[in-house]
Amino acid sequence: MTITEAARIEGAAAEAPLDPEELARQRRRRTEKVARWVLPALVLVLMLWGWNRLVVVNEIPHYILPGPGRVWDALMDNLGSLMGSWLITVQITLLALLVAVVGGVGLAVLFNQSKWASLSIYPYAVILQVTPIIAVAPLIFIYVDDVNLWLFTISDKIVGMLICAWIVAFFPVLSNTTLGLNSADHNLRDLFSIYGATRWQKLRYLQLPSALPYFLGGLRIAGGLSLIGAVVAEFVAGTGGVGSGLAFRILEANYRLKIDLAFAALLLIALTGVLIFAVLSLVSHLALRKWHESAVSRET
Amino acid sequence: MTAAEDLPAAGGATSAAHAERIAGAAAARRRARPPLLAIRDVTKVFGRDVVALRGMTLDVRQGDFISLLGPSGCGKSTALKLISGLIHPTAGRIEWLGGASAQDGDLGVVFQEPTLMPWATVAQNVWLPMRLKGRSFAACRAEIDEALATVGLAGFEAAYPRELSGGMKMRVSIARALVTRPRLILMDEPFAALDEITRFKLNNDLLEMRAKLDCTVIFVTHSVFESVFLSDRIVVMAARPGRVIRELTVDEPYPRTEDFRTSADYAAHCRETSAALHEAMGDAPHDDH
Repeated sequence: MTITEAARIEGAAAEAPLDPEELARQRRRRTEKVARWVLPALVLVLMLWGWNRLVVVNEIPHYILPGPGRVWDALMDNLGSLMGSWLITVQITLLALLVAVVGGVGLAVLFNQSKWASLSIYPYAVILQVTPIIAVAPLIFIYVDDVNLWLFTISDKIVGMLICAWIVAFFPVLSNTTLGLNSADHNLRDLFSIYGATRWQKLRYLQLPSALPYFLGGLRIAGGLSLIGAVVAEFVAGTGGVGSGLAFRILEANYRLKIDLAFAALLLIALTGVLIFAVLSLVSHLALRKWHESAVSRET
Repeated sequence: MTAAEDLPAAGGATSAAHAERIAGAAAARRRARPPLLAIRDVTKVFGRDVVALRGMTLDVRQGDFISLLGPSGCGKSTALKLISGLIHPTAGRIEWLGGASAQDGDLGVVFQEPTLMPWATVAQNVWLPMRLKGRSFAACRAEIDEALATVGLAGFEAAYPRELSGGMKMRVSIARALVTRPRLILMDEPFAALDEITRFKLNNDLLEMRAKLDCTVIFVTHSVFESVFLSDRIVVMAARPGRVIRELTVDEPYPRTEDFRTSADYAAHCRETSAALHEAMGDAPHDDH
């Protein structure tokens, strides 16, 4: 290759790549990037339009099915009180998620460290998980009582809701973290033994980092489940007045045939679920982006 | 009396010229090295009747480069696990001599896979043996940098294992094994998964590192060529049950370079070792068959 030839190729590379296959691929990628946002938005607009037509054309009364405009108005008119309820539901959900994480990881570590504990308790963790929460919740509310903490008191309703949400949410954390703790590389385990690592060092430096991707996968599931648990518990508990969450607002609105308000509350619950999932996905991505295959971007 | 002399095959089956070489000055020097590890009639039985290793005796002396060569199931890896203390002999003894011990940083291990922690940087991976002894990263910094420089990875401290090629990962693994300046390094087919070009390069570099650090190596391999190029003693093992059938010596001076790979002596050693390996596998490669 002569120098001028090399210069020509270099010059061509500096300009836009002319390979038609490559061009088509880039075009496809650009289209896909736009479509990812435009298409769902389009579906949303179509659905709202169809919903509205359905209500208007059939003259459906608003206490059976309100149109989207009416739901929006209900949301705006009651924004203050709905936000208050939203905060309560979010508090229960996040508290339950926190307890689920602490309980799930704690039990997973216990099971991992003690074969005896694992053999004796694990079957009951499974039973707790597979029994439908909606069937257990009424019983729970019979037995719980106010909890007096040093500075403040947690009401029995809140305690019951926490327990319900926790029962639903802790299992994916427990089972995923257990899997993760057991998935540490066998040669690395041998290496730790050869270097005389203590049990604690093995757990801290080898097993917990190995379990992190599994734990984060479980956490994303648990986030959604703790919201479900909180909503189910609220339905069962039926807290009225001050301190009622979004689920109770739905019940209340149904009784009073304010279906638009029920839809508004439902919308908030759905958005909350999406928000929790998005935040946990972001956390997962940030924690793993440096090293785990699920989070690193492909070079090519 | 040493293991080399115990085994009649060491000189018996080969040419007279070779026997002379064995009796030569290099062999005498080798025998004069102080002992590091004595493996005495060691047997390991898994379950009731799976004899992984039977009656292995081997004297490891300081500065030896010993290859354990043999077919699958000959107990090579079992021998390494026994030496590293991961498992214990069913019968026989393994003794560290000259004040060395497996727990005091005198032992480094390299596995067939690089076996790095994917969540930790290159420097943090190399830090591991010292971290487990309770030493802080800052206090170990100089040793880590030196080990990485030795394996030719200076400047890659902050990289994550997934960013490195297979050969570079193996270099990190070697750096981790030698960062504590161990007296004995065990290597379990470390280069088996690498391509030939990388493998040759790492073989050359391994000899250089060893010359610099003056440590003893026990190297498990499937490859006749690798064992001849690297070691001064080759222990040929047979399977079912795993046992030592022959010990050969490669009395060629270090440093060994690419020239050694193409020399007639190298070819002769390879032929001899290959014949021993065939014997270990139960078929003799004689022309008159």
